Formats: sequence, structure tokens, C-alpha cells
Amino acid sequence: MRNKTKAQAYFTAFVMLLPYIISFFMFFAYPLAKAFIISFQEFSFLGDTPPKFVGLLNYKEALTNKMFLDSIVNTFYYSILVVPTQLIIALILAVIVNDKVKFKDFFRTTYYLPTVTSPVAVSIIFLFLYKTDGLINQILSHIGITPRNWFNEPSFVMPAIVSVAVWGSVGFYMVTFLSGLSTIPDQLYEAAEVEGAGEFTKLIKITIPLLKPMIFFNTVVSFISTLQMFDLSYIIGGSDGGPMGKAMTMVVMIYRTAFKEFNMGVASAMAFIVFGIIFILTLIQRKFFGEEMSY
Amino acid sequence: MWNRRNMYGIGVKMIFYSICILWALVTLIPYLIAVITSLKPVEDVTKFSIDFNKLTFDSYRYITHEFPFLRWLFNSFVVAVAVTAGNVLFNSMAAYALARLDFPFKKVVFYIIIGTMMIPGQVLLIPIYLILNRLGWIDSYKGLIIPWLVSAFYIFFMRQYFLTIPKDLEEAALIDGLSRFGIFFKIFLPLSLPALATQAIFIFVGNWNSFMWPSIIASSEELYTLPVGLNSFYGQYYQFWNQVLAGAILLSLPTIIVFVVFQKYFVKGIVTSGLKE
Repeated sequence: MRNKTKAQAYFTAFVMLLPYIISFFMFFAYPLAKAFIISFQEFSFLGDTPPKFVGLLNYKEALTNKMFLDSIVNTFYYSILVVPTQLIIALILAVIVNDKVKFKDFFRTTYYLPTVTSPVAVSIIFLFLYKTDGLINQILSHIGITPRNWFNEPSFVMPAIVSVAVWGSVGFYMVTFLSGLSTIPDQLYEAAEVEGAGEFTKLIKITIPLLKPMIFFNTVVSFISTLQMFDLSYIIGGSDGGPMGKAMTMVVMIYRTAFKEFNMGVASAMAFIVFGIIFILTLIQRKFFGEEMSY
Repeated sequence: MWNRRNMYGIGVKMIFYSICILWALVTLIPYLIAVITSLKPVEDVTKFSIDFNKLTFDSYRYITHEFPFLRWLFNSFVVAVAVTAGNVLFNSMAAYALARLDFPFKKVVFYIIIGTMMIPGQVLLIPIYLILNRLGWIDSYKGLIIPWLVSAFYIFFMRQYFLTIPKDLEEAALIDGLSRFGIFFKIFLPLSLPALATQAIFIFVGNWNSFMWPSIIASSEELYTLPVGLNSFYGQYYQFWNQVLAGAILLSLPTIIVFVVFQKYFVKGIVTSGLKE
């Protein structure tokens, strides 16, 4: 009797988990193993020749491909510009919108809108705004800056994309900071006010120290997600990476190598190199936050 | 009492409001310009001024009649709704098993679910494409839907939520003879509406906006989702800014509406799930 109910319980659990199990093997475990194997093969997608084991050749080819190496540099350049800008603006807005102004809900809703807007729509709107005769240039020309097509110039394309990315993601991090701020007890601020502390002192002495774990956590999350940037760069720069390849990111490079050059082996090797970079960052995140923060 | 302290307070307030309003303008002006430009005739698109007599819905009419924008809109809806429905059901089922049922290798399954969240999707780009290709699912709704029906992150999210439901509820139901499936459908799902709504909204928005995967999977025009279709339309007709921006508005509107209507769940979702895009 006991055994029967036990077997029944296991069966129920199995049925409940079945969709996940199928999806895990079909779209995760098997593809992951397959990707790993392909990264050591000369693999022709068109299927005219059978895959051939080539050892570390794909990794060597990836790491000597100037375009791929440049894409790593471009991506880190992008991340290093986006992460601090995005988080500082998000933190400032969160602190203010948390309790310092009226119409809080209006401001919060507005700031979050870009986060739910498709990157394709966002890119297109900014392609229009940044045109040589577009609005941004018309404004800049008033302060004496010569109009130019910002997305078409090698030294400006990435900073221009950065501005779009920051516009698009500040709202998300603001909301996460808001959730952090809601855990800081009001009494702390009240006590500080009794002592005569101004807004700036409260920010420096209370808010930032107490939000420190969250700021660090957001930094890592934002860093990892910026390293995987694809949409903006691909829509604005195309698979050639825009002017002189300066908008080429690591993921666009993987996409290009796999689906434009049909070099699946090298593309898989690149994917694992990118994975390695991201994995190291994830481990750092886990190490600093342990189980309780991320689970 | 206009003492120094008050003046200081007013100054600080003014700075706060200025920052808030400035960023609100930075956020809203691009949308506003996109909307206005989409209503202008093409010869006026780069003009700063607005001639209200010439504003028209022609570009919307044009792109929906002469180009398959309605078809793409339909495809996006079908795919996003199917993916959302699948996720809400399947993730919750798996989450229930993890939260309440006992089975062999439970810990292993749990750690696998946590582990899969650490693998960036690009690593799977090529092999999933090859699998879909072998199954003949490239360029089909199946390929656009089936690989995304389950999400490790939202299984975890739902499990956390289910753990907060008191155990006495189901013990009473078990004594009354309700099966585990009955408990799941009749007790757990109705009690989890806020969590289910959060999950549904995030998945719908995420899927609606997804670009990389559908651009690989949908190769014929009739199967494009709206982001893929708009990007290809932009590639060919980028000089017709009124039409391109009309497409961008068409693409943005559904998720903005979903967000504004359900925003209390959105914020709650981020707060309860910690951090994850």
C-alpha cells in the first residue's frame, strides 16, 4: 500500500516535470553537448562534407581572427560605458522617485516604458533622431557642434549606441533599486534629520552604504547582460559591425560567422570563448553573494 | 519663515523636480517625435515644425495595405500568446513538483534548473538552429514557439512563490480525496494569480520583443514576426521615415499597453524575483 502511493507520487511528479524534462534534453543538454563537439569540428552546414575533427583549430582560428578580437574590445568598451552610466542614472532616479517628489507613479511608469519597447523600434527611432539632419544634430548645431551621422562614424558609433542602450535600460535598474530602497527603514532617515543631515549627507551616509550589496549585484548583472549585446548593434550596424566594424559585438560576430559565413565550427568556438568570459563573471557574482542573494 | 533652512529645502526640491522632469522628457520626446513623424507626409519628415493640417494616418494605411505588417502583427501575437500560455502552464507544473512533491533526484533536478540559468543563450544558437533544421521546423510556427515553451528562470520563480502557500490547505484537500493534479489546478493556480500574471506579462513582453531568434528561424516573409519584418522593411525603405516610424509605433504599442494596464504586477514581479531580465 505504502509502495503503491509512493510510486503514484513519483509518477505525478514525473508527469508534472515532463514538459521541462523534454525541453531540457531537446533544447538545452543535447544542444550544449552538440555545440561543444562542433567547436572541435570542421563543420559544413550545407552538409556536402561530413564533420571532421580538427582539435583546437577552431579556437586558434577564433583567437587569431582580428575581427573577433576587435569585437571583444568593442563589447568591453560598450559595457564599460553603459554599466556605470546606466546604474548612476538609475540610482539617482530611484532615490528621487522613491519619496522625494509628487507624481511618483507617473515618473516611474514613464521611465520604465523604454524597457518594454522592442529594441528594433528603439533602434529605428534613434536612427531617425541621430540622422545628419535629425533632431539631435539640429539641437547640437545650436551649441556649435557640426552635424554628422553619429552612427556612421567609426569613433562615434559605439558611444551613440551606448546612449541608446542607456535610454533603453535605466528604467529596469531603477525599479530594482526602488525595491532595495523599500527595505531601508525610515527611522534611519528620521534620526539623521534630527541630527540636521541634508539630502546629500543622507544619500552618502545612509542610502549608498545600505544599498552597496545591491549596487554591486546590479553591476555584475548589468555587465553580464551588456556583454551579450546583440540587437542594437546588429540593427544599427548590420552584420559587418557598422563603420569600420566599430559596432561589432561578440554575439554579432558569432551570428555573422555562423549564419553569414556558415562557419559553424569557428562560430561555436567563439561562443564558448564568450561563454567562458561570462561564466567567470557569473562565478564572481555567486562568490560575492552566495546562495541567499541569488536564490 | 523664510530662513536659510527653508530656502535650502526649496532649492533641493527644485533640483529633484528638474532631474525628474528632465529624464521624463528624455524618455518621452523620442516617442513623441516618432508618433508625430509617422503622421507626417514624407516630404515633411525632417522638418522641425508640425503642419497640423497635413497630419494623416496614410503611412499606417500604406504599410498595412501594401506590406504584410498585419500578417507580421498576427504572427507576433500567435507566437507570443502560445509561448506565454505554454510557459505559464509548464513552468507552474514543474514548480509545483519541486515545491511540494517528493521524487528521486529532486536536488539534482533543482540544481540543473539553477545551472541552466547560468548558460548564455548564444552558446545554443547554432545547435538549436541545426536541430530545428533537422526537424524541418525552420520557417514554421513550431520553430518559433516550441523551443521557448519552458523557462528555467520562471520555474524557479514559481517554486519560490508556491513555497509561501501554507501546507494545511492541501493536507485538508488530500484528506478530502483530491488528487495532486486537482490540488495543483484547483488550489495552487487560483492562489497564485499575481505570480502567474507577473510571469505571463514578462514572458509576453520578452517574446514579443525578441529579435535574434525569430530572425534566424523565420526565413520567409509570411513567417516574420513584427520585429523581424520591421527591420527588413527598414532595410529597404529607410528613406520613408514616416512609414518606418509608423511600423515602430505599431510594434511598440502592444507591449506599452500591456505594461500600463498591468504595471502593478510588473513592479511586483521585479521586486519578488530579485533580478533577471
